[in-house]
Order: sequence, then structure tokens, then C-alpha cells
Amino acid sequence: MIRFETIAWHAGAFRLENISFTVPAGRYAVLMGRTGCGKTTLLEILCGLRRPAGGRVFIGERDVTDLPPGERGIGYVPQDGAMFPTMTVREQVGFALAIRQRPPPEIAARVKELSDSLGIAHLLDRRPQHLSGGERQRVALGRALAAKPSVLLLDEPLSALDEELRDDLAALLKRVQREQGLTALHITHSQHEAEQLADVRFRMAAAGVTEVRQP
Amino acid sequence: MSSPLQRVSPFWVSLGAVAGLYLFFLLAMLTATACYTTPGKLIEALAKREIQHSIGLSLLTCTVTALLSLLLAVPVGYLLARARFPGKPWLEAALDIPIVLPPMVMGLCLLILFQTRFGQFIEHFMPFTYTVFGVVLAQFTIGAAFAVRTMRHTFDHLSSRPEDVAMTLGCTRAQAVWRVTLPAARRGMFAAASVAWARSLGEFGPILVFAGATRMKTEVLPTTVWLELSVGNLEAAVAVSLLMVLCAMLVLAAVKWLGEEV
Repeated sequence: MIRFETIAWHAGAFRLENISFTVPAGRYAVLMGRTGCGKTTLLEILCGLRRPAGGRVFIGERDVTDLPPGERGIGYVPQDGAMFPTMTVREQVGFALAIRQRPPPEIAARVKELSDSLGIAHLLDRRPQHLSGGERQRVALGRALAAKPSVLLLDEPLSALDEELRDDLAALLKRVQREQGLTALHITHSQHEAEQLADVRFRMAAAGVTEVRQP
Repeated sequence: MSSPLQRVSPFWVSLGAVAGLYLFFLLAMLTATACYTTPGKLIEALAKREIQHSIGLSLLTCTVTALLSLLLAVPVGYLLARARFPGKPWLEAALDIPIVLPPMVMGLCLLILFQTRFGQFIEHFMPFTYTVFGVVLAQFTIGAAFAVRTMRHTFDHLSSRPEDVAMTLGCTRAQAVWRVTLPAARRGMFAAASVAWARSLGEFGPILVFAGATRMKTEVLPTTVWLELSVGNLEAAVAVSLLMVLCAMLVLAAVKWLGEEV
């Protein structure tokens, strides 16, 4: 479960006030809204990359508002994949375990498991500059899942891909989320993506975040 | 992309002519200097004990200065590129002081600083005025400012997003910078050290004022050119100048080509 409780954020003239909503455990939530309305800021507050001016953030029953990003149990996939420029795919996918100083055989086993599941096994020795947009997003997903997070956060992960790839990757996201029982929060502008993926839909506007009930 | 036809239009030809004229001027200057002397006289000048000492001291001090400059430039460049804090424009302006002040004035400021009670206290532990340490400090004062600019530019062009992702994966900010950002910034680090090295090689005014021009002690290559010129030994001055031109060209080439690979 992800819960935002009366979150506030101020940066110059831009303000978010009193943002409250809950993504139920194990559900795939899609958050939509106009460009610049604060969706990414909200995601970054959940990641711990920005500190809210007020309110609390919960993951499961745990209040994570004051925890550093790495202790929140999240997997984060940004829009452009944000690959680590000098690392191979193998190093990127194993990064979260390497930073936790897990034994090399455990890292290798997890990298193999994820790369097989995401169809990136043939890319393991490549560097980001030799990957296509779709491959980058698969690698970013593998990297985010390596430490077995409970929550997956996706910031327009499909927006830079062509339509065919987008559908393939959307299906992959849904499959991974179901198989691993993850709670997912996915930001997008695409109605089509929301229809493909969403168990729950939210809309963000100046007044706050509201759930969009499907007929 | 422009077609070959567009590339030979009068517009591009005139721009090319301006660039060509400037290049011609530079090459003419260097060729005239190179032709002024003969290889024999060049070797004879470079074989002088004082000049060999000066070459050795220049290479040593420039390398130490480049490394020290990098140690300062990496954290300060990162701070300027990533952090927002009150008074940041003032800090940026202050860090440019060594670039905009006349080098001779920088030397004078150093000399005066080390005459104060604070300076004298430092001199008690490590003497700077008229010593080799003073040569390095004078080079560092100016070279580091150029290195900071280069590193800031490097970090400005590196997205902070991979660092953010690394933090969500379990890194502290310092670990994310160390493991993700610095490896990506190595080309910029190489360029920053090279710029500081090359700038230090040509430093004259501050060294003359702060470290003096004592032969076999604080004499570096620009000092040699000045000393040889002042006694009318133009051959030796030209030989040392050509050596400095060669060093500068090697650094340029290294930054241009090796830099692409780093």
C-alpha cells in the first residue's frame, strides 16, 4: 500500500497542498494530470528525493517520510531510464545488491533471473550507449526490481517509445507487477496506457488528487 | 544536415576565411619562432644545467598543481552545479577572482598575505615565500579557478537523474556521486587537470612576485624565458619557448583526442 497524507510542497510560486490518496496493496495505480501539475514531484516525495513541506508518506503501514530513499523499499523507473553511463547492463541490474554488499554468487543469480524474465540476457555486457530506448527501459526495470522492492514507481516509462514497443513493455510491466505482487504507481499522459495497465486510476489537478471511478 | 552545396555558400566561405586568417596568423607566429633557431642551438640551450633544472621543476610543480586543483575542483564544481543555496551567485563571482585579476596582482596579494600574522604562522610550519612551495601555491591559485570552471561545466552537463536512481537503490548521496557520477565525469576531470596543468606551465607574474626568480631554486620555464631575455640570450629564450609550445600542443592534443576516450 502507498498512502499520501495531507502532503504539501512549496517551490517558489508552485505549491502542492493537502494531497491525500491511497494506492491499495498489490494494485497497479495510474496517475494522470496536466504537464507541470506536480505528478513527478509527488513521485519524488514518495522516493525520498524531495522533502515535503508538510504531511506524511506511508509505504505499507510504515511511515517513510523521514527515511532516506534507499531504505524505503522502492523500485524507481524514470522516464529516460536514467542509465548509469559507465556501467554494463550486468552491473546496472546487480547495482542494488552490490551496494548492499551481497555475495557475488547471489548477485549473479539475481541478475540472471531478472535478465531472463525481462528478455535482456543477451544485453548483459553492453553499455547504455549501445541500447535502444525499449532495451533501456527493460534494464531500468530490472535494476529497480533487483532488491525485491514492495513498491514500483514509474515516471512516464513508455513515453519515449514507439507504439509497438510501448504495448510490449506495458504487457511486461503488468506481468511483472502481478507475478511479484508489487504495488505500482505509474505516471502517464496516455489514456491508452491507463486502460491497458490500471487497476486504479487517479487524476491530479490544482485541487488535489482524486480517484477516477470506472463505469 | 547541410548538403555539400550549402557548405560552399558565400556565407560559410566568409566564415571559413575569417577562421583561416586567424589560424594563419597563429601558425605564422609559431613558424617564425621555430625558424629563428637551429636544432643544434636548441639542443645546446636545453643541455644547460639551469634550464634542465627549470624544465624538471616546471613539470613537477605543474603536475602537483594539477592534482591539487582537481582535488578542489571536483567538490566545488559539484557544489556549484547541483546545490542551491543563498549567496550562490556571490560565491560563483568570488571563485572567478583569480581569472579576472591581473596575475601580477595575484602574486602581490599572496606576498602580502604571507606577511600578515596569519601568513607568518603558516610560514612557521611550511615556508612558501621564495620557495618551491610558493611556486606551487602561485600556480594553484590561478590554475584551480580554471579547473573549477571546467568541473562545474562537466557536472552541469551530467544529468542528476542516475544519481537519484542510485539513491533509491540504497546509496547515500556520497556513494551515488562516487559510484555513478564521478566515473561518468572522468573525461571532465582529465580536461580540468589538463587545463590547470597548462595554465600553470605558463604562469609567470605571480611566481616572479611570490616565489622569486632564483636560478636552480624557484626558476620555472617562463622565468627562464624572462631571465635569458634579460641577459640578451635570445637563442635560449626561444629554445625554452619552443619547448613550452610543444608542451601546450601535447596537452591540447591529449584533451582533444585522449579526452574522447577517457
